[in-house]
Amino acid sequence: MKGKSLVSITDYSKDDILRVLSAAKEFEKNPNQQILQGKVVATLFFEPSTRTRLSFETAANRLGARVIGFSDAATSSTSKGETLKDTIKMVSNYADVIVMRHHIEGAARYASEVTDVPIINAGDGANQHPTQTMLDLFTIQQTQGRLNDINITMVGDLKYGRTVHSLIMAMSHFSPTFNFVAPIELAMPEKYKLFCKENKIPFQDLKELSQDVIGNTDILYMTRVQKERFSDLMEYERVKNVYTLCASMLENTRPNMKVLHPLPRVGEIANDVDDTPQAYYFQQAKNGMYARQAVICDALGLI
Amino acid sequence: MTIDNKELKVAALKEGTVIDHIPSDKLFKVIAILNLKNTHSQITFGYNLDSAKLGKKAIIKISEKFLEQTEVNKVALIAPHAKINIIRDYKVVEKMALNYPQEVVGVVKCLNPKCITNNEPMKTKFRQLHPSAETYVCHYCEKTVDVEDIVVL
Ligand SMILES: [Zn+2]
Repeated sequence: MKGKSLVSITDYSKDDILRVLSAAKEFEKNPNQQILQGKVVATLFFEPSTRTRLSFETAANRLGARVIGFSDAATSSTSKGETLKDTIKMVSNYADVIVMRHHIEGAARYASEVTDVPIINAGDGANQHPTQTMLDLFTIQQTQGRLNDINITMVGDLKYGRTVHSLIMAMSHFSPTFNFVAPIELAMPEKYKLFCKENKIPFQDLKELSQDVIGNTDILYMTRVQKERFSDLMEYERVKNVYTLCASMLENTRPNMKVLHPLPRVGEIANDVDDTPQAYYFQQAKNGMYARQAVICDALGLI
Repeated sequence: MTIDNKELKVAALKEGTVIDHIPSDKLFKVIAILNLKNTHSQITFGYNLDSAKLGKKAIIKISEKFLEQTEVNKVALIAPHAKINIIRDYKVVEKMALNYPQEVVGVVKCLNPKCITNNEPMKTKFRQLHPSAETYVCHYCEKTVDVEDIVVL
């Protein structure tokens, strides 16, 4: 089976998603397997991200691969003015698969066009971060026992938050229902609402995270509301509390309801939520490793 | 001898390309997109000509130059309803119908400064969002641009 790059979540068909998720489930049962013995995984972090890099490198190491690479562009030859193409060509001589993160948008797509070595996008600026989406899907399946007919409430920065956009695209295969809860400044862009309409996915735009909405939710997906996004700081001060989740808001939820967050959080989830049965964001982060193990194996054509 | 009205306004062309039915306000954009100021061909322009369809139209006649498909694509992005005729020995030998191209390579600039195409020596690539949509998506950074806002390289 030929391996393939994962640059955007839309590179995966529904079948691809299901195949990779079922592999991830196997890795959850047994994360230490020598499947990648003799393989070299390159992790090229042109932009530093310790969290993501450790997750990928642990994923590769636990499967027996060797890991090469760099953790920020200052230590790579790009600091000497080398083009991305030349760096990718050079690394392609050594690695079986390349995991890359870059602050420039479209960098991973371009890299996938200049080499035959599969590329896994670990984030390209504000554009895509598909393994985050795969771990989100894995977590939804793990907590709900299914992917179909899930009611997902997305809260916070729905305008710039790439994770929520990718999650909409990926979940579109599984007849979801969405609630978009955001201040006007950070509302879900028309583009994605149009996508929902075209795919007959029910959604509603809301400005408040009410008990009513929470009570009908299976997955409460919280995102960071960043100060920098606001032109009016008074507005920021006003809305940041409106979109803060605290334990008292979780008293009448569905029994299966879980709170997810791509982490790191700033203040959107109060600390008292951590001890509720609905809090699931730390397990979600741990699932990243299983999802990345599966994505790496898929890229190499091993599953 | 009868003289055709159009012939009076814009001289007949022996060999070359005629771009007709350009909305008048798009004429200078078409000139720019085809980089006509750097050609050595004889070029005749008609501007603010009466048109039943467009109100005011413009026409460009380029002598001894035959547009290629990539150039035709560029014109489509600015004046999708323009008519392009190839003339040989005063006769129309080919009509190149214009529609928005599904994909354009190396023509449109990505407006996103953080896009790889603005940071690496490479060709840009855009695809039409849907058939007949007036929006294009950058193949690399996935940002969209409306036809109206397109900047040509
Ligand atoms: Zn772009």
